[in-house]
Amino acid sequence: MTVATAAPATAFDRDALETLIVADSLPPWVADKRRAAYEACASLGLPDRRSEHWMRTDLRLFKPKAWGLRPRPAVVSPPVGLLAEAIAAGTTANETSADLPGQPTHPVAETSLGGRLVSLDGHVIREELDPGLARLGVVFGAAERVLAEHGPAIEPHWFSVIDARADWFATLHAAFHRASAILYVPAGVKVREPLSVLAAIGPGGVDTSHVLVVLGEGAEATLLTETAGGGDAAGPVGGFHCGGTEIVVGRGAFLRMVNLQNWNTGVWHFARQKAVVHQNGRLQWTLGALGSRLSQVAQDVALAGRNADAQVNGVMFTEGRQHLVYNTLQHHEAPSCKSDLLYKGALQDRSRLVWRGMIKVDKAAQKTDGYQRNDNLMLSAEARADSIPGLEIEADDVRCTHGATSGRVDAEQLFYAQARGLSADEAARLVVAGFFQQVFDRITIVPVREALARAIGSRIRRVS
Amino acid sequence: MTTPADDTIAGQHLVIKGLHVAVEGQEILKGVDLTIGRGEVHALMGPNGSGKSTLGYAIMGHPSYEVTAGSIELVQADGSRLDVLAMEPDERARAGIFLAFQRPMSIPGVRVADFLRHAVTNVRNPDRKEGQELMPMREFRDELKKKMAELSMDPEFARRYVNDGFSGGEMKRAEILQLAMLRPKFAILDETDSGLDADAVRLASQSIAQIGSGGSPGGAEMGILIITHHEQLLEHNIPLRTHVMLGGRIVESGGPELAAELHKKGYERIRAAYPEAAAAEKAMEESRAEVTSA
Repeated sequence: MTVATAAPATAFDRDALETLIVADSLPPWVADKRRAAYEACASLGLPDRRSEHWMRTDLRLFKPKAWGLRPRPAVVSPPVGLLAEAIAAGTTANETSADLPGQPTHPVAETSLGGRLVSLDGHVIREELDPGLARLGVVFGAAERVLAEHGPAIEPHWFSVIDARADWFATLHAAFHRASAILYVPAGVKVREPLSVLAAIGPGGVDTSHVLVVLGEGAEATLLTETAGGGDAAGPVGGFHCGGTEIVVGRGAFLRMVNLQNWNTGVWHFARQKAVVHQNGRLQWTLGALGSRLSQVAQDVALAGRNADAQVNGVMFTEGRQHLVYNTLQHHEAPSCKSDLLYKGALQDRSRLVWRGMIKVDKAAQKTDGYQRNDNLMLSAEARADSIPGLEIEADDVRCTHGATSGRVDAEQLFYAQARGLSADEAARLVVAGFFQQVFDRITIVPVREALARAIGSRIRRVS
Repeated sequence: MTTPADDTIAGQHLVIKGLHVAVEGQEILKGVDLTIGRGEVHALMGPNGSGKSTLGYAIMGHPSYEVTAGSIELVQADGSRLDVLAMEPDERARAGIFLAFQRPMSIPGVRVADFLRHAVTNVRNPDRKEGQELMPMREFRDELKKKMAELSMDPEFARRYVNDGFSGGEMKRAEILQLAMLRPKFAILDETDSGLDADAVRLASQSIAQIGSGGSPGGAEMGILIITHHEQLLEHNIPLRTHVMLGGRIVESGGPELAAELHKKGYERIRAAYPEAAAAEKAMEESRAEVTSA
């Protein structure tokens, strides 16, 4: 993509907030929430490294005053995004590993998008929804428009799921969110085609977008969200993302959600994400992380109704001096629910990956089946991974387990593959691809897992 | 690279001269000379620790096996020579050298079929660069199915991850499948019969003979060096020459009758006849014991 150089930015101050509220011209309750969040933000400092969630995150080089909302950029060619591109490109069934002896071939369903929303530096530049879906009552697109048109339906959910007061970044996001996306699928409506949201930034850009997904009873949908950009041909320039994601999976509903963080390696990434899954609801939530200089992500899943089921998949690849921190929570509030988290990370160069996971089981949540696992593969001796699983269980009839592994690429494996004619680089890529296969097998959206595999493959250099 | 037109078998040789190999500073091979012609079967025998596997690794280019002296060359049909020691392991594979590992490595998450498709594509198109097209899936799949049927292998095998959770016998059969698919010019089979029961060894012996002959009875496509402690693998692969390794050297070579003698009587005669090599063997054993106990 090519964009004009960003004009000087405003700061995140009261003037900027009032200007934003006027420009929005949204229902008063939206503005009230912004102002309340701003007051909270103004009274807070950056998160304290003594708190458990932030103790492995170094914010010393983050300068809050350097950032503010960006003016609308002149768009020369709009960004596409890795996920949307993968769907559009489709896959040729005869070129996948599914087509091998002993394996029936799978039809690939995900070949077109049902709708897409693209923003750049906090400004919506493209918005589409299949008219057939709109006729079924599906609401999808820019929050600024959806809130104006469907305010009463959205109000009960808007900033109701995540804790908008959790810390300075959460309050900043709740005050200054812009170019946000809303997906609302009415009860009983099953959306086949994936919907796509891309929040992009130009060099040095800023994104504060929010994502809200609400699935009514028995509804089904697939949403692919991606954040990307922040560099140019000369390399990573930087940028700032302060975002939030809220997901409500209604009774018996099924959501497949993908978040791909594909920033350039200069971008600061702060995100708070939470899903609530109601009775008999199912969620397959995949996080991919490839970019950013520093990431701090809170990913929470609340199992709020009997028999709710959440599968959480993490695919992380870090390099250079990237430092990614994930705090996950699987909160079992209701009985007979299942949660299954698998995070896999490969680390190159001097990068660092931190995962701190918690399974919390309330007293009422008998017959809980909870699992969490984190596997890391070190591609260099200088990389560092921390896995900190945790359990907090108040019910007595539960099955909760966790596991973590950390390993290096084995020189004997590489030699074996080389002895069969694979170059050293090809062998390393194959071993790493094999490491991720277990989590890819769980991601049922074929073009997504293939896009992730390609993106990771292209980043692997010779294993040292 | 060679094309089928000039790829006449006669005159192609793998030639090893005065090879010295050290591992972690300790010399294991102390001057090995061996020439294998394409189409010939050679047996390499010797007690445990005599250096047989080391020779296999050195020919394939394992980074931990340092060649301190000597040469390994591939002599082409036109008489030109390729310096094997100057090649990376994958270049050696692409030049037509294959090692069936005594202990193959597992690669979790990578399916046998995907692994083999990469290997076959590279070996058949030696100049392929990474990222260039793989062999067409249909063509590859048909060939793989056919080879697996010939080796009496369950097609489901191709879907499993490379050597991951395989029994000893399954690993060896997977090595033979790779040999069949890659059709090398020269193959070193390092105890490909270990871990197999008697029936499986017989099947392996027949399979190797068939692959070696290029599928036609009496044909001779492949030069094979069989490292074995047992007689059965040689049943269908009668060695032209049998070589005995002791203390890092090939001390005696003979015909198939030598293999039969060693199988029956062991290595006492050899040790008595070559006291210097027997002393080297003893010294190597002792230094290994030191390393183990340290």
